Amino acid sequence: MLQGWVIVVASFAYLGVLFAIAYWGDKRAEAGRSIIANPYIYALSLAVYCTTWTFYGSVGRAASSGIGFLPVYLGPTLMVPLWWYVMRKIIRISKAYRITSIADFVASRYGKSQLLGGLVTVIAVVGVIPYISLQLKAISGSFTILRHYPDVVMPAKALALPFLQDTAFYIALMLAAFTILFGTRHLDATERHEGLVAAIAFESVVKLAAFLAVGAFVTFAVYRGFGDVLGQAAKTPELRGLLTVPATSGSYVSWTFLTLLSMLSILFLPRQFQITVVENVDEGHLGKAIWLFPLYLLLINVFVLPIAIGGLALFSGARVDADTFVLTLPMFRREEALTLFAFIGGLSAGTGMVIVETIALSTMVCNDLVMPVLLRMRSLRLNEWRDVSGLLLSIRRLAIGAILLLGYAYFRVAGEAYALVAIGLISFAAVAQFAPAILGGIYWRGGTRAGAFAGLSAGFAVWAYTLLLPSFAKSGWLPASFLSEGLLGVALLKPQQLFGLTGMDEIPHALFWSMLANVGLYVAVSVASRPGVSETSQAALFVDVFERTHAFDRSRLWRGSASVQDLLPLTGRFLGPERAREAFLAYARRRGVGSLEALPADADLVHFAETQLAGAIGGASARVLVASVVQEEPLGLDEVMDILDEASQVRAYSRELEQKSRALETASAELRAANAQLQELDRMKDEFMSSVTHELRTPLTSIRAFSEILRDDPKAPIAERVRFLAIIVKESERLTRLIDQLLDMAKIESGNAEWHAAELDVREAIQDSVEATSQLFRDSGVELAVALQPAPRVRADRDRLVQVIMNLLSNAVKFCPRGGRVEVRLAPAPEGVRVDVQDDGPGISPADQDIIFEKFRQVSDTLTGKPRGTGLGLPISRRIVEHFGGRLWVESELGRGATFSFVLPLDAAAQAAEEPRRAAQGTGAGR
Amino acid sequence: MNRSGTTGPRLVAIFLMGGALLNYPILSLFARPSEIAGLPLLYAYVFGVWSLVIGLMALVIERRRE
Repeated sequence: MLQGWVIVVASFAYLGVLFAIAYWGDKRAEAGRSIIANPYIYALSLAVYCTTWTFYGSVGRAASSGIGFLPVYLGPTLMVPLWWYVMRKIIRISKAYRITSIADFVASRYGKSQLLGGLVTVIAVVGVIPYISLQLKAISGSFTILRHYPDVVMPAKALALPFLQDTAFYIALMLAAFTILFGTRHLDATERHEGLVAAIAFESVVKLAAFLAVGAFVTFAVYRGFGDVLGQAAKTPELRGLLTVPATSGSYVSWTFLTLLSMLSILFLPRQFQITVVENVDEGHLGKAIWLFPLYLLLINVFVLPIAIGGLALFSGARVDADTFVLTLPMFRREEALTLFAFIGGLSAGTGMVIVETIALSTMVCNDLVMPVLLRMRSLRLNEWRDVSGLLLSIRRLAIGAILLLGYAYFRVAGEAYALVAIGLISFAAVAQFAPAILGGIYWRGGTRAGAFAGLSAGFAVWAYTLLLPSFAKSGWLPASFLSEGLLGVALLKPQQLFGLTGMDEIPHALFWSMLANVGLYVAVSVASRPGVSETSQAALFVDVFERTHAFDRSRLWRGSASVQDLLPLTGRFLGPERAREAFLAYARRRGVGSLEALPADADLVHFAETQLAGAIGGASARVLVASVVQEEPLGLDEVMDILDEASQVRAYSRELEQKSRALETASAELRAANAQLQELDRMKDEFMSSVTHELRTPLTSIRAFSEILRDDPKAPIAERVRFLAIIVKESERLTRLIDQLLDMAKIESGNAEWHAAELDVREAIQDSVEATSQLFRDSGVELAVALQPAPRVRADRDRLVQVIMNLLSNAVKFCPRGGRVEVRLAPAPEGVRVDVQDDGPGISPADQDIIFEKFRQVSDTLTGKPRGTGLGLPISRRIVEHFGGRLWVESELGRGATFSFVLPLDAAAQAAEEPRRAAQGTGAGR
Repeated sequence: MNRSGTTGPRLVAIFLMGGALLNYPILSLFARPSEIAGLPLLYAYVFGVWSLVIGLMALVIERRRE
């Protein structure tokens, strides 16, 4: 039996565990061994997004609109991939300028404007109060239901109870106490609360486990799996609609708008900003959170529809609010432990949200609403207080209490008129108003203070008129005619059908009009107004945060100086003298200065002090305070623009330089390659020269030798003289041939050769060559067989062609043994005509088959080791054939003879022009 | 921040894909009263795409070069 005291004890025990974790986390942080410095805790703490609205409300929404509960979770899932750009930038900006709240962010971006900071704070507080009251409503509702265990009784109207007997009131007080204890223990310039984050991460685990436990219980214990429980809906006609999207025209519009709305909320809800940005330990944690956080959202939603349908089926007829199914289903089945676990899960969802939200709001209220006012009240002489940090903490504590009491008040006033989800969405729409000013502010330099102010005020006004006031009207605070007939009876001003717009649900309707007003005015006023000096410089610092985090840029945008003697006491008043001294000492060490007194009184020092103060009291107030002690030299707008331009010019220069040095590297790499090639060519030239001289010397030597014999021995027999003279003639011929070939080669290579292309019959050219070499064959005793098929005429230089064929024939003869056989064949080929010269000599090894086409490279005779021929015949032949668009190659195996073949294309003249392309492609025809 | 890397564009592509698959009109193709493996088609589709988006993000994030 769950009695009242059991529930109370369990609740307090749970809160005790939270205290313990938060305490432990703070201790570890002080000891420098942070427990939250890992991406998993970070991702879990982000799940503070899931409040009682998720825990209880999703089921309620699923029960009324089926799958319509999902956009609120799909939106964040779609937003997180964009975090890679958006959130990184926001985090980087916030860390660089010690920004500790959304209000501070907007105020700092638009020239450290106190007015904007105040406006954002008001919007955030007014907008989020309904959301806080929702948590109180859910917790107290679940407590009331649990007290009647095992009877399922819906909570009576909260209004019926005087507030001293109202659990929600006590819950509000208890949460205020917890938040004050852990949210405002001391002032920290970074506003980070490690212990608290650890507790929030723990709460995320608890609420997920509780929800999954109830979901699994309903799905697998009450029913037999997903198919069974969801099948209940298919069986019941009135539930069938939950499984599809309702056919009404607005439902897809609502779906898209709600997705969009929750995309913005995950960025700009004060608690999400607090956890994602302010409590972020390491920018790198964002990476893993990008997929872990949506995974959490997915898990906590898997069982929503089964619980909703199971509840509707089991309680059909009974008046049980679908918002309570998570609790009432285990009660209905008398599962005491599970019921209590579900209650604790709801409690953790609610407390987590309230704690973080109130801390975020209290920071804003203190820094951007109260402090600016106090600083202006000269009668307080705040500047002369020795230590203001105590005052700051008191303001925050009071703010926390006030916010929770306001939440309670809203709960008493309007809480019963709405389901949980509707209240939450009102808050979502309020914080969405920050989107234009913040997103515009980090990507668009042109956004001005006036634009942001106009956009935010207009958006907020439209939001209040279309969502907040109707919520008052529905709860009887305002006359109902306000809704049904419009303001002062003007139908066009009906808050939920503004200007006659119908066909949209109230949230898309309000979001559309408020965003139209907000974005429209932000852009219009921004482009119409002229930004001031501080706006321009802050805009540059925010938009270009990745380029401008260097202190040089920041301090140059502001000119002024102040000594440590002025700045340290000022900072000390707000941070506490000890902490301020420590911070300044650390700064001095960073700058390489031994003592505080030696710190130069420059702009960088002023900037440092201002950033420290900004962490404690917000950027706008810090600016005012620092300005009071600093000798400031005001910069003109033109001057600021000049500095910014100059800075971007410097950046442009350095980019240009980088490009140039890259180009230089490429060029020098190319040069190196060219040089290597040249060296190789040089080496080849040397080789060529030595080959040539060697080739020339051999015949010359014998000519000289025989000539000397003839000169020195006049009495030599006539027969001998004739023989010697024959040798001399032969060697001279060889010499001439060699020189001719050399000249030929040089001409071809330099492109100066003369070509007389004409149509000719290859057969005739072969017959001429055969005739010319027949003596050679006879002398060598080699048989020559000729097999010439009729082939089409080709276009080529007749003499050159004969030169090629003769070269191949004489080569064949040279390598054929006595009694060998050489065969010449001519045949038409697909690409033209093909000529083969086959011998049965020793063959050429595959390794040598390429070498023989190189200049002066001959394959040594295996018998004598002496080269035969000039080594220029084949290279020249190949170049001639290629000139006419053909190919020349060899096929051979060692010991099996060799076949030299070439093909000539039919229209060689036309194709000679395309020679390079053909050569590159290589054709396989003829093989 | 590795802004010249491929992680950012990949994540944006996932966002675009998810945004297209989970909105009208593609969503309406699955808003039919039929079942797949015992689950309502729409429910299975939305959770399927959702899981796909998370899986792809995990893949992109975990395999990026630091």
